[in-house]
Parts: sequence; structure tokens; C-alpha cells
Amino acid sequence: MSECLTTKFNDILFKNPVIPASGTFGFGREYEAFYDLAKLGGLCSKGLTLEPKAGNKGLRLWETPAGLMNSIGLENPGIDAFINNEWPHLKELDTVTIVNVGGKDEESYLTAIEKLNAIDIKLIELNISCPNVKAGGMAYGIKAETAADITKKVVEISRHPIMVKLSPNGEALVDIALACEAAGAQGISLINTLLGMAIDYKKKAAVFDNQYAGLSGPAVKPIALRMTHQVCQAVDIPVMAMGGISNWEDALEFIMAGATCIQVGTINFNNPMAPIDIIAGLEAYCVREKLDNIDQIRGII
Amino acid sequence: MAVIQSNTAVIPGIYKMCVDFSGEVKPGQFFMLRAWDKDPLLSRPISVHDYQSGQLTFLYQVVGKGTEILATLLPGNEVTIQGPYGNGFPQVNTDLCVVGGGIGTAPLYYLIRKFKAENPNKKCRIYLGFRDYPYGVDEFAAVADEVILDVGGIITDKLSVLPEETVITCGPEIMMTAVAKVVPPENTVYVSLEAHMACGIGACLGCTCETKAGNKKVCKDGPVFERGVVFNV
Ligand SMILES: Cc1cc2nc3c(=O)[nH]c(=O)nc-3n(C[C@H](O)[C@H](O)[C@H](O)COP(=O)(O)OP(=O)(O)OC[C@H]3O[C@@H](n4cnc5c(N)ncnc54)[C@H](O)[C@@H]3O)c2cc1C
Ligand SMILES: Cc1cc2nc3c(=O)[nH]c(=O)nc-3n(C[C@H](O)[C@H](O)[C@H](O)COP(=O)(O)O)c2cc1C
Ligand code: FES
Repeated sequence: MSECLTTKFNDILFKNPVIPASGTFGFGREYEAFYDLAKLGGLCSKGLTLEPKAGNKGLRLWETPAGLMNSIGLENPGIDAFINNEWPHLKELDTVTIVNVGGKDEESYLTAIEKLNAIDIKLIELNISCPNVKAGGMAYGIKAETAADITKKVVEISRHPIMVKLSPNGEALVDIALACEAAGAQGISLINTLLGMAIDYKKKAAVFDNQYAGLSGPAVKPIALRMTHQVCQAVDIPVMAMGGISNWEDALEFIMAGATCIQVGTINFNNPMAPIDIIAGLEAYCVREKLDNIDQIRGII
Repeated sequence: MAVIQSNTAVIPGIYKMCVDFSGEVKPGQFFMLRAWDKDPLLSRPISVHDYQSGQLTFLYQVVGKGTEILATLLPGNEVTIQGPYGNGFPQVNTDLCVVGGGIGTAPLYYLIRKFKAENPNKKCRIYLGFRDYPYGVDEFAAVADEVILDVGGIITDKLSVLPEETVITCGPEIMMTAVAKVVPPENTVYVSLEAHMACGIGACLGCTCETKAGNKKVCKDGPVFERGVVFNV
């Protein structure tokens, strides 16, 4: 592979800027049947919490025009099981593993982060933006003060860099991003899913037990692109952007808007080869445009 | 990509599609199908109805956008099929009693045909329940030892299971729950579950079902489960 896609996110070197997004890629194993994970810039784990979590009851998925609503509720095996069962496999891969961490309260975030100090991951994605859990999750991510507070405490005890994953559902996104930066975050990622609702008129009932659920996929792209642009204009730390990226053209638009890396989520379900297709498309673009590195067009808008 | 050999209505609204495929396929497994690019977003899980000499058959009911598109496909058109996925039905070495309801009969044909081919001395009976128009009854009659048909009634009212039979059921959840409840505890019963799926391979956790052994993924750990694992019986 040529060097044109190598990307530095602070001092972390990614062989390309394309990373499957949390919750759409499990712990990677399932996709090994389709391609060698070493081709990816990195991968982002399913959201982990301190204790194992069974997730939400009832229907968890609902398709919308060009979108997908989910109410998984952070089902995951817990940090210890991750360290024991998944990390040994992930650490052997020739790609960057990002660990996504959620929590229900301050203590659970901090204990989870402390446990991760024991292993050599490159980057933590601090999820303060999951709309599908009642306690914690998005509650931290929708106000600048709470987002900054949890970020500061986490950064203090973590020996790994912290990238804070923002919610598109909060107040004044740019203020939240700036507050996280000031609190010591080494990166920002965005966007998590947009809070939406689905009603099954035939059943005369809300589709999801929690009534509201998170919308992702191509339908959210223009919103995600705008938010990426706004945050990239405001902060000095690198941004990892996502939201409806389906092909290399979408990825390029986010990079032009200023994103350092991009994450590929829902489209994995439509096309399991999507991240690989995006890498190939970006590479061909660099060759066509005679770019030595994709850096040359980053943030040009 | 697979090339479509035929795709015709069995009765209005129920289609049978044959495509080229080579590889190993177990009864009870399914494929994720799509014959469109962006819309709808997700692929659709459809069970294997039959698999023989390089040809895979699906039997599907037109219910919405995805299956409507599938129904328009013509021989020579291509369809993306990802799979086979899921655990499939277990190997059974007793007599078999199969209970199918509506489009839930789709995966049962390959099950029975293969079972009889591999166990010519074992018996297989099938109960087929339909709300209104039955389909596939002649095909089942050609492979099973006995077909008990019910149209418009409640299949479990007719059901009597013999002590040596293993029971396999696929159909509306309400029917499978009833089967799981009425079959004596001495018989082993397997049910094939349905769930909305996004990935079909165990990555999204959208298809999770609660079981006595904790959460399981219908797409990867299932769709076939032993009755006591998923139903309170
Ligand atoms: C393991 C498995 C095997 C299946 N095998 C068959 C089969 O052999 N023949 C057949 O006719 N049908 C089968 N189904 C059901 C089939 O997947 C749905 O009828 C189909 O996805 C409906 O798609 P649509 O676009 O026509 O409907 P829409 O209602 O437009 O679909 C909207 C969304 O709901 C989902 N959905 C709708 N109905 C179901 C359902 N019953 N189960 C799961 N998801 C659903 C769709 O996948 C889609 O994401 C199977 C389902 C599963 C899980
Ligand atoms: C099924 C599903 C599960 C998700 N789980 C998580 C999660 O555990 N943690 C998290 O931070 N984001 C999670 N997300 C959000 C995605 O990582 C991503 O932010 C969002 O889907 C937008 O990107 P997309 O439009 O490319 O999917 C999930 C999304 C989906 C569709
Ligand atoms: S459909 Fe994604 S885990 Fe089963």
C-alpha cells in the first residue's frame, strides 16, 4: 500500500484514516471472514462498560429511509472480559485498536479507565453520548460543564490518550468540544447517533421500549458533516468524524471539512467491504489528484 | 453475487427463487439477500428452502420494500447473497415431527428432504398450518412420510407427538410458543427464531434474544434453539 493515506492523529500513526465505528464492528472478529483487518487504519471496539451489560429489551433495530434506528443499550461483556478474551487477539493485529468506554456514573467510568491502564491500547474513545441508556451515557455529553468534568477526571487517571465522543443531541456542540479540549481531551470524535422516534401505527405503539432511539446511516450525513466542520474550525486537537459515511466520496468530504480520521458505521451492515472500498477509493483519488498525502486536502473547506 | 435461474410466484404473494451457489449449506441456515444498492439500507435474511446440485432455493413472502424488489427479479438478474449464516437445525437421529406455520415452512423442506435422504428408515411427519391459502403441500408430501394440513385453525389443537420423535418448529412466535408448551417434556423440541437483523453475522447485537444462558444472538448462536433455552416451559 502506498504512503499517501498515512495519517497522524497526534502522535498515533494510522496507516490510513479509515476506522470501523464502535458498535457496528463487534470486536472485529466477524469481519475477518471478509478481509484482513490489518488493511484498516484502525478499529473501534463495541462500547464497553465496567460491568457486563445485557442491553435493552424489546425490538432493537428499525430501518428508516436511508437510515437505521437502534436501541442496543450498550450490550457488552464488560471491561474484564474484554481484557481477557478480546484484547489478546486484538493486540496481535497490525492495526490500531481504539477502545470505546461508556459508563453509568463517574465511578464506573473511572474504574473502567483504570483497568484499561493495564493494557497497551493506543487510544480510548470516551463515550459520553450514547442515547440508548437511561443512566449516564448521553447525560454527560449534552452539557459543556458535565462533559468537561468527566473528561478532566478521566484524563487525569488514564495513561492512554482520551478522545471524547460527542453527541449531536446536546446544547451548543462547539462549546462542548472546546470544554473537552480545555479539560485535556487529546481528540474529539463525532457524531454519535441522533435521538429519534419510531411509531408502529399498526400496533398503536412506540417501536422501541425506550420510545426514543438513535438514528444513524446515510440519512444523518449532512448533519454530521456540518457538525464536523464546525468543531474542526473551533478546536486544535484532531477530530475523528463519522455519521452516514458510505463511500470514499463521503469520507473525502469529511476530511475536506477537517477530519483527521473517519469512522465507518452503519454502512458495514449494507456492505461488509465498505471500509476497504473506502480505503481503495481514497487511495485512487490521491493518485489521480497527484497528492503525496491526503493531508494536502484536509480541512480545505 | 449469484445469478438468478428462476423466480416465480407459487401463489400470489409467495415466491420461489433459485440461484446458483456452491459451498456447504445446512438446513436451517439463512442468507442475507440484497438486489439493490442503497435503498433499502439493510439486506434481508431469508432461509434456505432447498439446496441441491449447485442450486439454492429461497421461498419468500412479499411483505414490504425489500421482498417487493426481490419479487421483480428475472432469470439472469443478479442478487447479492451473503452466507450461509446461523447454526442451522441439529443432526437428529430419532424420528422427526415437524411443525410449520405459514412462511415458517420455508426452511423445513430442505430439513426434511435431507433427513429422509440420510435416514431412509426413520419416520418424518409434518404438520403444516396456514391462515388461508396453503402452499408447498405437494412438495412436502413427496419427501415426508405423513403430512397433516390445517388451514385457518390452530395447529396445536391437532398436534399429537409420538414419544420417540424429536420436534422441530418454525412459524409465528405465538405458534412456536404453543408447540413448546404442549409437547411433553420427554421430547426434545427445537424452535427457529426470527429477529430484525442488521449485520447477520454477530457484530451489531441488534438481534439479541434473552435465553436461560444469557443473551444470545439469533443470527449467530441461532436461529435454532432448544425450546427450554428460549421459552419458559
Ligand atoms: C433467520 C431468518 C430467516 C428468515 N427466512 C425467511 C424466509 O425463508 N422467507 C420469508 O419470506 N421470510 C423470511 N424471514 C423474514 C424476512 O427476513 C422478512 O420478511 C423480510 O426481511 C421483510 O423485508 P421487507 O423489506 O419486505 O419488509 P419491511 O417490512 O419493509 O422491512 C422493514 C425491516 O423490518 C425487517 N423485518 C420485517 N419483517 C421481519 C421479520 N418477520 N423478521 C425479521 N425481520 C423483519 C426487515 O428485515 C427490515 O429491516 C426470515 C427472517 C429471519 C430473521
Ligand atoms: C447498532 C449500533 C450500535 C452502536 N453502538 C455504539 C457504542 O457501543 N458506542 C458508541 O460510542 N457508539 C455506538 N454506535 C454509534 C456509532 O459508532 C456511530 O457513532 C453512529 O452510528 C454514526 O455513524 P454511522 O452513521 O456511520 O453509523 C452504534 C451505532 C449502531 C448503528
Ligand atoms: S444481526 Fe447483527 S448481531 Fe445479529
